[in-house]
Amino acid sequence: MTSARNIKNQVYGWLLLTPAAILLVTFTHYPAIATLAQSFFSTGTVTRPSKFIGLDNYRSMLEDEVFWQVLENNIWYAVGTIPISIAIALLMAVWVNEKLPLRGLVRMSYFTPTILPMIAVANIWLFFYTPEIGLLDQVGALFGAPSHNWLGDTDTVLGCIIAITIWKEAGFFMIFYLAALQTLPPELEEAAKLEGASRWTFFRRVTFPLLMPTTLFVLINAVINSFKLVDQLFILTKGGPDNASSLLLYYIYENAFSFFDQNYASTLTVVLLLALAVIAIGQFVILDKRIHYR
Amino acid sequence: MIRGIKRAIRGLAIGLFATFAYAQSALAVELTMYYPVAVGGPLTKIVDGLVADFTKANPDIKVNAIYAGNYNDARIKALAALKAGKPAQLSVMFAIDIYELIEQDAIVPFDDIVETAEEKAWLNSFYPALMGNGRTGGKTWGIPFQRSTIVMYYNKDAFRDAGLDPEKPPATWDELVSMGKKLVKKSGDKTDRWAIMIPSTGYPYWMFGALTMENDQVLMNSDGNKTYFSAAPTVQALEFWQELGDKHGIMPKGTIEWGTLRKNFLEGKAAIMWHSTGNLTTVKKNAKFDFGVAMLPANKRRGTPTGGGNFYIFKKTTPEERKAAMKLIRFLTEPSRAAEWSIKTGYIGTSPAAYDTPALKKYVEEFPPAAVARDQLKYATPELSTYQAGRVRKSLDDAIQATLTGKKSAKDSLGSAQSQSERLLKRYQ
Repeated sequence: MTSARNIKNQVYGWLLLTPAAILLVTFTHYPAIATLAQSFFSTGTVTRPSKFIGLDNYRSMLEDEVFWQVLENNIWYAVGTIPISIAIALLMAVWVNEKLPLRGLVRMSYFTPTILPMIAVANIWLFFYTPEIGLLDQVGALFGAPSHNWLGDTDTVLGCIIAITIWKEAGFFMIFYLAALQTLPPELEEAAKLEGASRWTFFRRVTFPLLMPTTLFVLINAVINSFKLVDQLFILTKGGPDNASSLLLYYIYENAFSFFDQNYASTLTVVLLLALAVIAIGQFVILDKRIHYR
Repeated sequence: MIRGIKRAIRGLAIGLFATFAYAQSALAVELTMYYPVAVGGPLTKIVDGLVADFTKANPDIKVNAIYAGNYNDARIKALAALKAGKPAQLSVMFAIDIYELIEQDAIVPFDDIVETAEEKAWLNSFYPALMGNGRTGGKTWGIPFQRSTIVMYYNKDAFRDAGLDPEKPPATWDELVSMGKKLVKKSGDKTDRWAIMIPSTGYPYWMFGALTMENDQVLMNSDGNKTYFSAAPTVQALEFWQELGDKHGIMPKGTIEWGTLRKNFLEGKAAIMWHSTGNLTTVKKNAKFDFGVAMLPANKRRGTPTGGGNFYIFKKTTPEERKAAMKLIRFLTEPSRAAEWSIKTGYIGTSPAAYDTPALKKYVEEFPPAAVARDQLKYATPELSTYQAGRVRKSLDDAIQATLTGKKSAKDSLGSAQSQSERLLKRYQ
C-alpha cells in the first residue's frame, strides 16, 4: 500500500517538474553540451563535411593573435568597468536614500540609462564621440581643447566603450543598493549618533559591511556583464580599429555569423564559459567568508 | 471556458486547413524571396510595390517578399533556412557572398536555367562591370539588382571659399593633395574644415578597393582564391591613404567613422567625402550648400569597386519554381523598372537600356550627378570577394586600420594580411 502511494507521489513530483525541466534541457543544458561537442569538430560545408579533429580548434585558438588581443581587451574592460560602476552605484544609492528635494526625479534620472536599449544608446553616444561635430569635442572646444578622434584612435577607443558601460550599469546596480539600504534598521544610525560616530565611520563600519551580500550579488553580475555586454560594439566600432575595442563575445559572434565558422565559435564559447565559471566559483568561495549575513 | 477554447481550436484548425487547401489549388507556384536593405529610407515599400505589380501581372505566382535586415542578416537567414530544410527559392544577397554560397552548394548558376537564345542574350544585357561579382568559373550565378559604386561628393561653397573652381573637382591624386591643402581651414591648432574624409570603419576594404584600382591593381583574382594584398601598387595605395592624414594633413588622423561621415559632410566639416552612391538622395535632400558629385580621382587610371546586392536562385527548387523565379527576376530587372528603382533610390540602373528609358533620361538631365555613377562604371572593378570571404576581408580591414592608426607600416600590415589570406585560401587553389 505505502509503496504504491510512494510511487504515485514520485510520479506526481516528476510530472510537476517536467515543464521546467524540458525548458531547461532544451534551452540551457543541451546547447551547452552541444557547444562542447562541436568544439571538437571541424566546420563543415556541403562539399567538405565536418569531421572530428580533437583539440585542433583549441590549438589554433592558442595561435590566434586576435584571440589573445580580444582576451586582453576584455580583461581591461572588466577592470575598467566593474570597480567604478559599483562605486558610483553605491555613492548614488546613499545619496538618493537621504531626504532631499525632488528625490523621485533624481532616482529616476539615475535609473534611466538602464531602461534605454543599448543599441539606441550607442547611436546617441556615437554622435557624442564624433570628432569636430560631436558633443565631447564641442564642449572641449569651449575650453580650447583640440579635437580628438575618440573612436578612431586605438589608444582611446576602449576607454570610450568602458565609459558607456559604466554609465549604463551604475544606475542598475544602484537599485539593488537602494533596496538594501532601505532594509537597514534606522536604530543603528541613531545608536551610532548617540555614540558620536562620524558619518564616514558609520558608513565604513556599519553600512558597508551590512551591504556586503548585495555587493557580492552586484559584483557577480558586473563580472558576467563585462563578458556579456557587447551590443554597443555593433554600432560604435565593430571591434575596430584593428581589433582595439573587440571583446570576446563579439569575436565569437564574428566567427559564428560573419565567418560562418561555428565550430571555432563553439571553442571560444567553451573558453568563455569556463572563465566565467571559475570567476564565479572564486567569488563565492573567497568572498563568502567575509560576508556578514544577518 | 474549456468548451470555448476547444471550439476556438477547432475553428482555427478548419481555417488553417481551408487556407492551405486554397493555396494548393488556386496558386500554381509560391515563391519566397529574402531581400536586404542596407541604407535607410522607404526601400521596403518600393520593393513591396514592385512585387505587387508582378503578382498583378502573373496571378498564378504568389510571391512572399521578406525583408531580411542588412546584407549580413539576409545571408544568415537564407543559409539558416537552407539548413533547416525550408529554403527560399530566390533571394537578393550581397554580390560578394557568391563564393560562400557556391561552397555551401546553395545556389544554381543561371546558365542551367536559361533555355532560349533570347534568355541567353538577357544574361548579357547588363553592364559588364556589374557582372564581375556575379560570374566565376565561366558561369553566371548572380543578376545585378541593387548596385552602387563609390563617388566623390564635394562642397562647392567650400571650393569657392578656398579660391578653387567649383566646377573642377580634383581628377588626380596630385590634384587632390594640392587642392586639399587649400581646402583645409584652420584656426590655431583647431581644424574647422578638413579637405577630405574617406571612411575607414564599416567597409574599409571597399574604399581601399577604389584606391588600389586607381593605382592599377586589383585585390583578387576572378576565381576568388588569390589575393594581391602585398603587391607593390597595393602597398603604395595604402601609403597614399595614410599620408593624406599623416604627411599632408588634409584628412583627420586615425580611422574615420562610416556612420557619421555624412553628417560631417553636411555640417561642412569635410569639403570632400568618398561615399556610396546610395547616399545621393539623402545628401540632395539635406545639403544646405551647393554640392557636386564627381568620379573618384585617378593615379594611374580611374577606378572604383562596385557594391551592393545580386539576385540568386537556390538549388533546392523544382523546375517550375526556377522558371517562376526567373520570371520574377526578369520582371524586376526590366529596363523601365530598373530606371524607376534607380530614380527612387540612387542605385545604378543595371543595364544600358535602363538609361535609355525616357524616365531616367529626363531625370539625369535634370539632376546630372545621377549620371556620375553610370559614367564611372567603365572604370569599375569587382568588389573584394573570395572564398572564406569574412576572414579574408577582416584581415585586410585590420591591416588598413592598423596602418591608418599608425600602429604598423603599410608594408608590414599588408604583408601579414596577405600571408593570412594565403593560408586561408590554400585549399581552394
